[in-house]
Amino acid sequence: MTSTLTQTPLHAWHTARGAKMAEFGGWSMPIQYGSIVGEHRATRTGAGIFDISHMGRFIFRGSAAGDFLDRLLSRPVADLEEGRVRYALMTNHEGGTVDDVLVTHLRNAEGPFFLVVVNAGNADKVLRWLDERQQAFDLTDADLIREDVTHQQSMLAVQGPRSAEVLTTVCGTDFSAMTYYTATHATVDTSPAIVSRTGYTGEDGWELIVPAEVAESLWQKLLESCEQVGGTCVGLAARDTLRLEAAMPLYGHELSEEISPLQAGLEFAVKLEGREFVGRDALVQLATREHLPRRIGLVGHGRRAPRDGYQICSGGRLIGHVSSGTHSPTLDRPIAMGYVEPEFATVGTAVSIDMRGREEAAEVVALPFYKRLVT
Amino acid sequence: MKPEELKYAKTHEWVHVDGSKEHSDEADATATVGISAFAVEALTDLVFLELPRVGQQVQPGESLGEVESVKAVSDIYSPVAGEVLEVNQELPESLEWLGEDPYGRGWIARVRLAKDASLEHLMDHAAYSKMCAEEEH
Repeated sequence: MTSTLTQTPLHAWHTARGAKMAEFGGWSMPIQYGSIVGEHRATRTGAGIFDISHMGRFIFRGSAAGDFLDRLLSRPVADLEEGRVRYALMTNHEGGTVDDVLVTHLRNAEGPFFLVVVNAGNADKVLRWLDERQQAFDLTDADLIREDVTHQQSMLAVQGPRSAEVLTTVCGTDFSAMTYYTATHATVDTSPAIVSRTGYTGEDGWELIVPAEVAESLWQKLLESCEQVGGTCVGLAARDTLRLEAAMPLYGHELSEEISPLQAGLEFAVKLEGREFVGRDALVQLATREHLPRRIGLVGHGRRAPRDGYQICSGGRLIGHVSSGTHSPTLDRPIAMGYVEPEFATVGTAVSIDMRGREEAAEVVALPFYKRLVT
Repeated sequence: MKPEELKYAKTHEWVHVDGSKEHSDEADATATVGISAFAVEALTDLVFLELPRVGQQVQPGESLGEVESVKAVSDIYSPVAGEVLEVNQELPESLEWLGEDPYGRGWIARVRLAKDASLEHLMDHAAYSKMCAEEEH
């Protein structure tokens, strides 16, 4: 089984470190190196480094690149200034979500390009979708050049309040002047890199894209620097608890082909006026439908953690489902996100969650569960 | 209790038959049950433990409570047939005992063994250690 999984350039390192490895999106990934809570807290208080090489990375160039992406995404990206990053949803004809992506506009010797980072588990599906759309839009390969660069690179994240120090120590460059959601070409540990101030933890931090062959040496240096500030390497399990506390959606849980960005509460990333894109008309219709389930946050009053798929009830009636849940290391309480009928989506609403046959009390709370203090 | 002297289920529970007799027709033959160090290590970050109910009748493989970690929830399966006599009341509030002393203070329940209770399906320490080593790879 494991032999059919794709490995990141750091696979041997993770294994040697004794990480628990498991399948995620078709890749063999480190789930945890030790304690999930320990890795989580290290990221919240110091810094954590993450191997996120599994994220799909596609480059788009050519005269039609910006226009093509604009016709597929919930908000425009062609107008992005070079060096800026934008979060957007790729929607299907029904207004459901094909994937949620980060688009970066940069330029290199070959000219300007858009880098689109997609979820590992959706990469093949997105490629098929892009092929179909390109044909439907009648775009030739001369207008639009697409390249899948996932396998020639490694992507690493450095996250946490002390991530700037970690990066400065390793790179000899201070990246702290970069603002949130910007990106730049840089030299990291003598290698060319794309450095962006982005992340999926709710902390300040950076994501680095480097050639696969330098990944291990860079990782090792980042880890040493990270340990100097009380940080550590962090697996996907803590990445999940971190993003959950920050209320960031995870595809397959808060987002799917059946869930629209509007239901997910991602209106900030949806621009419907004055533009056309796949799913736009459906979203206009969906925006008028008030009975659709909505994404909410829940805090449990007991000790059990709600999990994906658990039923949410009120007065003995099923009103929705949990999409992600865990025990929050920061709050030391059960937290969850889920979808409920809109009349139960108000903050303060008391509900119950069916925890494997037992009803436990929970309360609808405002998202996110955790917000870092910006100093 | 020494881990070498215990019997183990495939699902990572341990059993200690209290007293010398392993197969007894006497009504008072009891066993102490817990979860192994390997299981505790694999779960990591425990947040919740549900004990069985005193008086509960259990068969091998039936639920004897559950243990939850940050990552997931897992059933604890009874390794033996019998009736729950006593539970470790303090354990849910002292989950660290499961990591520090899984074969001592981390015990979960004492079970009065059913007359026909069998231990034949359980592994000795050597066989169990071998299974764990294989599971790690």
